[in-house]
Amino acid sequence: MKNEYEPVIGLEAHVELYTNTKMFCGCRLSFGEEKNIYTCPVCLGHPGSLPVINKKAIEYAVKIALALNCKIKKYTIFHRKNYFYPDMPKNYQISQYDLPLGVGGYLDVDIGGYIRRVGITRVHMEEDTGKLLHKGTTGRISESEASIVDFNRAGTPLIEIVTEPDIRSPGEAREYMIVLRNLILFLDVSDCSMEEGSLRCDANVSVRKTGEDKIGTKNEIKNLNSFKFLQKGLEYEVKRQIKVLEAGSEVIQQTRHYDSKTGTTKALRFKEEAHDYRYFPEPDLVPIYIEDKMIEDIRKTIPELPSVKAKRFEKQYSLPKYNSSFLANNKDLSDYFEQCCRHYNNAKNIANWIMGDFSALLNKEKMTIKDSRVTPENLCKMLEIIDKGKINSKIAKSVFEEMFSTGGNPQKIIEDRGLEQISDEGLLEAIIEEVIKDNPGAVEQFREGKDKAIGFLIGRVMAKTKGKANPGIVNDIITKKLS
Amino acid sequence: MEIHYLTAHQLKDRLKKRQISCTEIVESVYLRIEEVGDRLNSYIRLEKESALSRAGEVDKLISAGSDIEDFMGIPIAIKDNICTKNITTTCASRILENYIPIYNATVIDRLESRNYILAGKANMDEFAMGSSNENSYFGTVKNPWDTDRVPGGSSGGPAVCVAAGEAVCSLGSDTGGSIRQPASLCGVVGFKPTYGMVSRYGLVAFASSLDQIGPLTRDVEDCAAMLNIICGYDRKDSTSINVEVPDYKSFLKADIKDMRIGVPNELMVEGIDREVKEAVYRITKLVEDMGGIVEEISLPSLEYALSVYYIIAPSEASSNLSRFDGVRYGYRNVEARTLREMYRRSRAEGFGDEVKRRIMIGTYCLSAGYYDAYYEKAQRVRTLVINDFKKAFEKFDVLISPTSPTTAFKIGEKMEDPLTMYLSDICTIPVNLAGLPAISIPAGLSDSKLPIGLQIIGNVLREDNVFKVAYSLEKAIGFTGRPGL
Repeated sequence: MKNEYEPVIGLEAHVELYTNTKMFCGCRLSFGEEKNIYTCPVCLGHPGSLPVINKKAIEYAVKIALALNCKIKKYTIFHRKNYFYPDMPKNYQISQYDLPLGVGGYLDVDIGGYIRRVGITRVHMEEDTGKLLHKGTTGRISESEASIVDFNRAGTPLIEIVTEPDIRSPGEAREYMIVLRNLILFLDVSDCSMEEGSLRCDANVSVRKTGEDKIGTKNEIKNLNSFKFLQKGLEYEVKRQIKVLEAGSEVIQQTRHYDSKTGTTKALRFKEEAHDYRYFPEPDLVPIYIEDKMIEDIRKTIPELPSVKAKRFEKQYSLPKYNSSFLANNKDLSDYFEQCCRHYNNAKNIANWIMGDFSALLNKEKMTIKDSRVTPENLCKMLEIIDKGKINSKIAKSVFEEMFSTGGNPQKIIEDRGLEQISDEGLLEAIIEEVIKDNPGAVEQFREGKDKAIGFLIGRVMAKTKGKANPGIVNDIITKKLS
Repeated sequence: MEIHYLTAHQLKDRLKKRQISCTEIVESVYLRIEEVGDRLNSYIRLEKESALSRAGEVDKLISAGSDIEDFMGIPIAIKDNICTKNITTTCASRILENYIPIYNATVIDRLESRNYILAGKANMDEFAMGSSNENSYFGTVKNPWDTDRVPGGSSGGPAVCVAAGEAVCSLGSDTGGSIRQPASLCGVVGFKPTYGMVSRYGLVAFASSLDQIGPLTRDVEDCAAMLNIICGYDRKDSTSINVEVPDYKSFLKADIKDMRIGVPNELMVEGIDREVKEAVYRITKLVEDMGGIVEEISLPSLEYALSVYYIIAPSEASSNLSRFDGVRYGYRNVEARTLREMYRRSRAEGFGDEVKRRIMIGTYCLSAGYYDAYYEKAQRVRTLVINDFKKAFEKFDVLISPTSPTTAFKIGEKMEDPLTMYLSDICTIPVNLAGLPAISIPAGLSDSKLPIGLQIIGNVLREDNVFKVAYSLEKAIGFTGRPGL
C-alpha cells in the first residue's frame, strides 16, 4: 500500500520598508535609478563610519509585528551577522538574533473553506545588501568574467518574518504570502512587490507520513520570487522528497535553488558548510527600549485590516461576499471604492465598474488604480449620467475608455463628441419612420410575430444615430407604430 | 624656549600679543621636523604646503581682528586612523596604503571649525594594535629620549611628535592604553575621555566598545582645552553621550585638599619596575603634603582585565576589519582568479602579522561553540570590572597607578613574545573596559633618563576630578624634561 504524505512548510519572508531613508544612514532609498548614487560612507562600509538607527523603520517594524499579533519586546538589540560577500559593504549584516523585535504572533489565512492559522515565530529588523550583476553566461559569480555591484539597495530597511512550520501545502503557502502581502500593503509600510524584490520569500519544507508528529529533515528553497514560483517550487520539492523517501533513502538537509525555467529545485553547488555567522551584539549601536506608549501610538496607526474591512463592506454597502473581499483585499481598490461611495450612493454599481471595465483596462495597461487618471469624482459623474439616461451603457464604455486615457470629465467628453443619448421622441420618430420604410422585410417578419425582427430594426436606428438613440424609447415607438 | 617646544596656550598668548605669527609657528615646527629628519619616523604623511597656506589664511584672519581661540593656527598631528577628507588615512597598514577618505571624522570637523592646522598624519601601530609602534607598515617609530627604544603604542607617532617638537599637540586613539602608554614612555600628557564623550565617527574602528579619541599634549592645560573642542554629543555616533560638556579648563586648580585618592593594589604588583613603583609612592607623598588623602584599595577583578580585553578587543576587531576585502577600496591582489582567492590574498598581503593574529583570536572567540566560553564570559567578567570600579569610586575621587609597568623598552625586545608585549597595557586596559576617563602625566625620569608616567583614573564623566588632581600634581612634580634629540 502506498504511504500518504503531508508537507510541513515554514516560510521566511523579507519585506523592504519604504521609509524615506535607509536603515542606518541618511541616504534615500532607490528605485532602479543610476547605479551607486544613493550611497555614503556608512552604507558603503567606509572605514570609520558608524550606523545610526532609523526611527521610522522601527515604527514600521512594530506596526508589522503588531498587525501579525506579535508580542513586542520592550528591550531589543541588534547583532552583527558576519560573512563575506561582495554585496555586503561591511562583510557583516546588522541584523537581529536572539532578541528580535516581535515574537509569538499569528496570521489567519482563509484558504477557502477553512482558516489556517499560521504561527509567526519572529519579526526582526535588518539591513538589505547591495545588488550583484555577474557578467557571463551563467549568471553565477564563480563562472563570471567580472561582477559589478550596485550599493543603492545596501542598507535598505528590511523586515524578516519567520513562520512556524504550520503550513500544510504549497497552495496554503501561496495563500499565506498573498494574505501577508495584502496585510503589509494595508499598513502602508512597503510596496511589497515580488517582481521588484521588495517582498521576497524562502521556504523550509519537509514531508512526513500523514498522522506523524515528528517533522522530517527539511530543505531550504531559495529564489521563489513570485506567488506562482513559490507554489510550483514547493510542489516540485514535495514530490521530490516523497520520491526519495519512497525509494527508501533519506532526505539530506540542504539549501536548494528553484529554477523557474525547468520548474525544478537544485542543490546549491558549493559545499554545505554549516555557516558560522559569529553573531555578537553590534557594539556601534545601543539597545532599543520600546515604551508602552510608543506601542499604543503605533497601534492607533494600524488601519482596518482586509478581513475586517470585507465584513464591513458586506454590511455597510450591502455588497455580495465575493465583491466585498475582492475589494477589501486590495488596499488601492478598496480606498478608491470608498472614495467613490462618498460621491455616489449605488455602491453595487461602483463595485461593478471597478471590478469590471475599470480592472480590465488596468490589467491591460499593467497599471494600478492609483496610477489611473480616472478620479473617483469623474467615475461617479459618469454613473450619474448613465442613471439619468443621458447615455446608454455601450456609449458609457467608450466614454470611460476616453476618461481612462485622457483623465477627462465625462460630461465634457459626451458634449464634445455629441454622445448624449437621443431621447427626443419627435426626432426619433422621424428616423424610425425612415427605418420602417427602408426595411419592409423586417417589418413583415415582426408583424408575423417574429420578435427577433424588432432587434434588427432597433439596430438600424442605433446605426443611424451612431449609437446615441435611447434604446428603450426606440423600442416603445417601433412597437407602437407597428402594432 | 624654542617655539616648537611651547604649549598651545603659550603660543596663543604670543599670537594675541602679536609677538609671533601663525606662519612663524608652522615654519618653526616644520624646521624642527626637518631637523629631526627620519630619525624618529613619527609621521606617515606631512602636510607642509597646505599647513603653510592655512597658516597664511589664519594670519589674515588675525590681522583682520578675529578673536584668537584655543588651537587657532596651531599645528596638530593627527593619528593616521582618524579620517581626514581627501588626505590619505592608512591606519599604518598596507591594506589602506592609498586609501583617501571621502569625509572628515567629527573631531576633524570640530578642529577645522577652530582653524587648527593639520601638521600631518602620525605613525602608529597597524590598526592601533600594538604597544610599541613596531607594527607599522611604514616602519617602527623611535623614542626621542633614546632612539634604540620604542615610543610605546599604538599612538607612538602622536606621542613622539609632541615630545620631540614636531607638533604642538596631537590626537590619538586609546583602546587599551594607546594614548596613555606612549604618552608615559615619551614624557608627555595623554588623556582618554569617558567612553562616549568624543565621537568615534571617522575613527577607523579597532574595538568599537573600547575605542576613544583623545589628545596628547605638553601640559594638562592644553589637554583640557583640547577636550573642550573635541568632546560632545554627535548624532552620527549612537554610542556618544548626550550630556552638556563642561568647561574642562575650569577644573585646572592646584587644590586637592581633602580629595580622596586610591591606589589599586592590583596595579602595583609584580612586573612593575622598581623605579616606576617608587615614582608612584613619591607622588602619594606629594598628594598627602597637599592635603589629599591616600589609601590603598583592592579591585580583585582587575586580575582578569587583560584576559577579558584580549577576548573582547580581538572579537570586535575581527568583525570591524572584515570590510577590508579589496572589493571597494584599499589593497587588492589583482592576480587572484576567484572571489575567495581575491579575499584571501588581498587580506594575507594587506595585513601585518599582529593584525592577523588578533583577527584569528577574535574569529575563534566568536565561533559557534566557543562564543559562550569566551566572548560571553568575557563580557560577564567585564561587568565585574565595572562593578569593582563603581565600588572604588564610592570611596575615592580618583585612583592613581603607574601608566606603564616599565619605562621605554628596547626596539625588538618584545616582538617575539606577544604575551609579554600585551602586559605593557596591564595598568591601562581596565580603564577602557569600564569606559572611564584617565590621564597620564609625566612623573619624572628614571635613572637612565627615561620618562615615567603616572595614571590618574576618574569615575565615569568625572573628568573634573582627573583634571584637578592632574593639574595639581603637574605643578607639584614640575617636570620640565626634554629629550636630548
